[in-house]
Amino acid sequence: MTRTHARAAWLAAVLTAALALAGCAAEPGSRPDASSPTDAAPATLTVFAAASVAEAFEEIADGFEARHPHLEVVVNSGGSGALAQQIVAGAPADVFASAAQPPMQQVVDAGLAEAPTDFATNTLELVVPAGNPAGVSGLDDLDRPELRVALCDASVPCGAASVELLERAGLTAVPDTLESDVKAVLTKVILDEVDAALVYRTDVIAAGAAVEGIEVPTAASVVNHYPIAAMSDAASSDAGAAAAFVAFVTGTEGRAVLEAAGFGAP
Amino acid sequence: MAARPGTTGRLAWPVVAVAALGLALLVLPLAALVLRAPWSDLAGLLARESVLQALLLSFGTALVATALCLLLGVPLAALLARAAGWPTLPRRLLRAAVTVPLVLPPVVGGIALLQLLGRRGPLGSTLEQWFGITVPFTTGAVVIAQVFVALPFLVFAVEGALRTGDRRTELAAATLGASRWQVFRHVTLPLVAPGVAAGAVLCFSRALGEFGATITFAGSLPGVTRTLPIASYLAMQTDPDEAIALALLLLAVSIAVLLLLRDRWLPGVRG
Repeated sequence: MTRTHARAAWLAAVLTAALALAGCAAEPGSRPDASSPTDAAPATLTVFAAASVAEAFEEIADGFEARHPHLEVVVNSGGSGALAQQIVAGAPADVFASAAQPPMQQVVDAGLAEAPTDFATNTLELVVPAGNPAGVSGLDDLDRPELRVALCDASVPCGAASVELLERAGLTAVPDTLESDVKAVLTKVILDEVDAALVYRTDVIAAGAAVEGIEVPTAASVVNHYPIAAMSDAASSDAGAAAAFVAFVTGTEGRAVLEAAGFGAP
Repeated sequence: MAARPGTTGRLAWPVVAVAALGLALLVLPLAALVLRAPWSDLAGLLARESVLQALLLSFGTALVATALCLLLGVPLAALLARAAGWPTLPRRLLRAAVTVPLVLPPVVGGIALLQLLGRRGPLGSTLEQWFGITVPFTTGAVVIAQVFVALPFLVFAVEGALRTGDRRTELAAATLGASRWQVFRHVTLPLVAPGVAAGAVLCFSRALGEFGATITFAGSLPGVTRTLPIASYLAMQTDPDEAIALALLLLAVSIAVLLLLRDRWLPGVRG
């Protein structure tokens, strides 16, 4: 076998492998690692949570684990719509917390959850990079074409709320990108890649000094209600764990964390 | 001619069984995609404006990216082939630089591009200050992301052709008085044309499928930066039928690419 043949074979292998790798990487890795709840202690409780509640839920999870040492809570966060699709497609969720009603309805319609309860509300706020380099003062700045604006895509709750808010204000925003979840929008602001964006007021609080929030007076009229539900076929070995977590979120301790994060009462 | 090793005799049954399993893993998901597709609504789904917009954008950007890859990649391949005579360290560094995007998760490429060409990036801030050009969130950013991930495919395909090609023709042309440029243009390029074509087709398909670097660096705006894979991903959140229709479209293009590449152009795909 000549060197040339060896090289050609090697090249083919690399190209094939690269194609495969590219294909794999094209799937965004939002699915959690498969958990094995049966043999290992502590048991795992998998919570699918809207991107906007991710930090609050991490904190709530810590409090819950302190109460239930035999349980380990894994929070998988993402756009509510994507999470709902994953659950309907069989992702191993024990609890689902959505940023709006429609994604939860998909899960309920698929027969995977019953009787969701609202656990929080949220409203939108304008957010700009620290120092407000573009001098944004209000919602009507969003139709300035020279401004770089990021919004949530209308297919996710924050995007649907943004569309409604802008419609009510009679504005046509000129977005430069429509992101698939609210944290992706916030990141663009933190990186100072956009001049302004609409996110939840809780996201502005969570981002701290990296951004500045500008309250929108009319935002109070567009309120997102966050439903939560235990999955009927919860994969966790501890049958009551999912329901216990839901009770914990809606209970005093969960409420306190959510309130501190800026969420409104349900 | 003696049979090549590994091509004669029967395989042990466990090898065949595991091979069948591997084959099933590759084929069954795509078969399911085709079987469960909403065939009766397909025409309507594919005629939606959002789909046509993404289709047009994807093909347009992938074509431009392929052209850019050809422009940049053929000389780079020539350099890489010539580097065989270089000292080890620079030769390996050059090869590594070209190989990295092949093995890098595309989203890392997107983050890196944003670090360079974002508003706070060394090149991005200069472009903005001097020329008022901002790169992220533009169709140009989509093309740049595609070139970043697809260029190595072209370079390696062309380099392979350059290395296996017969150098004597080039030498003969040079002896007969052709300049270096004339040799490259009239002898070398026609010799490696099949490699260039194969590389271009691979490059196009990789650019068309680009997702991670694009959504990170270019964002996702219908008609501007929302390509077919991104549209398919977003549609999956609200309208799985549309997502499946888009996926079928991308699958059809991939199969077309495979047909284009069959036999002679791609080592290892000879059937």
